[in-house]
Amino acid sequence: MLRTKPISKELLALQKKVQGHADDFGLDYFPQVFEMCDYDTINILAAQGGFPIRYPHWKFGMDYDQLSKGYRYGMQKIYEMVINTDPCYAYLLEVNNWLDQKLVMCHVYGHNDFFKNNMWFSNTNRKMMDVMANNGSKIRRYMERHGVNKVERFIDRVLSLENLLDMNMLFETQDVKKSRFEKELAFREEQEHGGYVVDDRSSALKSYMRAADRKESLQKLVEDDEASDLMAEKNTTKGMRDILLFLIENAPIEEWQADIIACLRNEAYYFLPQRVTKIMNEGWASYWHSTMMNQKVMDPSEFIEFAKKHAGVMAMSKKNINPYKIGIELFRDIEFRWNTGRFGKEYNSCTDMNAKENWNTKAGLGREKIFEIRRSHNDISFINEFLTPEFCNRQQIFTYKYNPRTQRMEIDTRDFQAIKQKLLSQLTNFGSPIIEVEDANYKNRKELLLKHIHYGVDLDMQFASETMSNLYAIWKRPINLATAYEDKKVIINFDGNEMKVNNT
Amino acid sequence: MDHPIKRDHARFRRIVKGKIRDNLRKYISQGQQIIPKGSDAFKVPMPSIDIPRFKFGDKSEGGTGQGDGQNGDPVDGQPGEGEPGQGEAGEGEGAKELEVEMSVDDLAKILGEELELPNIEPKGKQQLSSTVDKYTSVGTTGPDSLKHVKRTYKEALKRQISMGVYDPMNPKVVPIRKDFRFRAADTKIEMENSAVVIYMMDVSGSMGEEQKEIVRTESFWINLWLKSQYKDIEIRYIIHDATAKEVEEDVFFRTRESGGTLISSAFKLCKNIIEEDYNPAEWNIYPFHFSDGDNWSADDTKVCLQLLDEFILPNSNMFCYGQVESRYGSGQFYKDLSQRYGTEHDSVVLSKIKNKDAILDSIKEFLGKGK
Repeated sequence: MLRTKPISKELLALQKKVQGHADDFGLDYFPQVFEMCDYDTINILAAQGGFPIRYPHWKFGMDYDQLSKGYRYGMQKIYEMVINTDPCYAYLLEVNNWLDQKLVMCHVYGHNDFFKNNMWFSNTNRKMMDVMANNGSKIRRYMERHGVNKVERFIDRVLSLENLLDMNMLFETQDVKKSRFEKELAFREEQEHGGYVVDDRSSALKSYMRAADRKESLQKLVEDDEASDLMAEKNTTKGMRDILLFLIENAPIEEWQADIIACLRNEAYYFLPQRVTKIMNEGWASYWHSTMMNQKVMDPSEFIEFAKKHAGVMAMSKKNINPYKIGIELFRDIEFRWNTGRFGKEYNSCTDMNAKENWNTKAGLGREKIFEIRRSHNDISFINEFLTPEFCNRQQIFTYKYNPRTQRMEIDTRDFQAIKQKLLSQLTNFGSPIIEVEDANYKNRKELLLKHIHYGVDLDMQFASETMSNLYAIWKRPINLATAYEDKKVIINFDGNEMKVNNT
Repeated sequence: MDHPIKRDHARFRRIVKGKIRDNLRKYISQGQQIIPKGSDAFKVPMPSIDIPRFKFGDKSEGGTGQGDGQNGDPVDGQPGEGEPGQGEAGEGEGAKELEVEMSVDDLAKILGEELELPNIEPKGKQQLSSTVDKYTSVGTTGPDSLKHVKRTYKEALKRQISMGVYDPMNPKVVPIRKDFRFRAADTKIEMENSAVVIYMMDVSGSMGEEQKEIVRTESFWINLWLKSQYKDIEIRYIIHDATAKEVEEDVFFRTRESGGTLISSAFKLCKNIIEEDYNPAEWNIYPFHFSDGDNWSADDTKVCLQLLDEFILPNSNMFCYGQVESRYGSGQFYKDLSQRYGTEHDSVVLSKIKNKDAILDSIKEFLGKGK
């Protein structure tokens, strides 16, 4: 299955050169491995999220279909792909010319540095290639045992809930980790009593087994002691946003199903840091390809072509914000502000526009500042802290909204606060609605009540209803969702047959 | 060996086909639009294959963009227009309208399966036309370039196990000459059979745009099916009001005449065409007639029936009459025909097409007999 090749001698020499410059600029990266592949291979890899082996599922085939068509018709081309692993793998495309390869290499070192240093990535598993491959063979085995269609249908359902993640899981403090470790130890001991074999089962599956045990012992408790106190258990799940974990621990599912949820959950969390740092990550990599190309790597004869390529990547769109563009410009803006000392109380409280315009304390802190930011921020805090009215103005940013009268999207405003608000709300919870468990024993009938934390944007009802029917198939009892729709508070109920919307 | 994603891809294609099958009625009433002229592949938009998720509704959400323009200026255009070509792994979000391509053959197959259309038993002489080699089977001889490695090793493994020389601890499998398997060609003889479809349409004043649209759509699907059944097919078009003439396809669907209706004129022309160009012994002949059921006089209807009995029916596979409902038509011709031939006649198929949604059933009536 290995369809990639090591890169040529010339490219290796180029890599050495680029890496030397990366060192000079102070980038801190994992060992970098470049591999060469043809367009079909890169389409396959891209369809599989960058990984050579994934579990079997038609959605990869669908993405592959689209990518290869896009390539065939000249609509799109993937220049490069880089994966957050240690060593860091990146794929170069065979048909790219020398300048493209230079640009891509510089860009990749930027990503690599970001993966290694940004704190949201600090807990990602850098051996994810192996995990993905293992998940693949596990699921293949389940398919052999339980039937392809059955397993695939189950995966469809789980994928439908894949975006219901809890961002806080990414950033566990040492304390949390420690307590988890202790729990794990306690569990090991328990295992010896319980007769489980120590193995490589995922921690989520173990947690499922733990939950199963707990239920059993609880059952015993109930039988032993007439005073049942099941209500106490209910409260522990309230407010849980990690819906997949909730299902693993609480849904009436078989072991293989719990394991599949655990696999997919693990993969979803692996990709989550990339989703919450899209602007920063691309901005940072673009900043470095631009800086390194302009100052060191580029041959003067390549200037025009480079400018053209770079401009293509930075193209602005009226429909959405190009993360490459906003990211790089924001980093540059910050560098400029900290180089000229345009920050702090003195600058902010200055009312002389002329002085402000020409403010320069020669502080020279820019480079240092952006390195600090790439370590400690994600997109939300990045935008929240560093977006300025001047910047929005310069970048011609606006917000748009739907006008029911003309039935089209129209420019709404260029007001700074409105733009910032909109950007932040788009980035909140990585752009997914926040859904949490409200009650796992709703109406005391084992129905599930979820709560959508509504910040002004309604859910897509068509999708919501299909998603709920998928959830129903796993939970096996009616699903309820408290949300707001067209300014009314509603509870949507799916009882296995039909959807009902009840006003509350 | 192929990458496993090819299996995912095949799986995806199967799901797509299933979706098309589920929505066949919708696609059929849309008719021709989905196949660009001169193309042998068609495209269908498929919005609902995405995995459902809790997500924000598009309209109330709005967004942010970059560029010039005043408040109130539209920002429409394709989302992601002018997007960079650089893709990041693991980012598959966003609404994407899926456009799926499918070959005409596949489409005809789906149509056939869905309507349970029987394959047509062609009549006429079966000229040996050509032999086609398809590498679908496996044989024990062949050139090295066609060696089927997997099967070869499987045979070797079988032999070693049955001989008891296979050691699972040291799983060495060495094929010998006898184990070799080769891809082999199945030679298929394809019969030449040719068909001609003669469409006749009433274009008198009472046939409006909507009626013609129905005829156009229905004939498109009939052609699609017959093309999948015959290697060689010719299509002729006749329009008539009080007189009939043969026209090009474009004209057939576009002209609008006025005046009276003499259906016999079309039948006469049809007879002429058959006599001149198509020897009924060699050709499978399909005359289709579409009208709103109004004929000028009972006398003319008599002439029609006579023509049918004496020439058209004996010489064609079947005669199909589709009556499109119109506000002005009386529908008399259908009654006359059904009185004469009944609804169960072997080679006369009558069908009433009320509206676009009835096209599917009408196609089934026409082609369900497998003639």
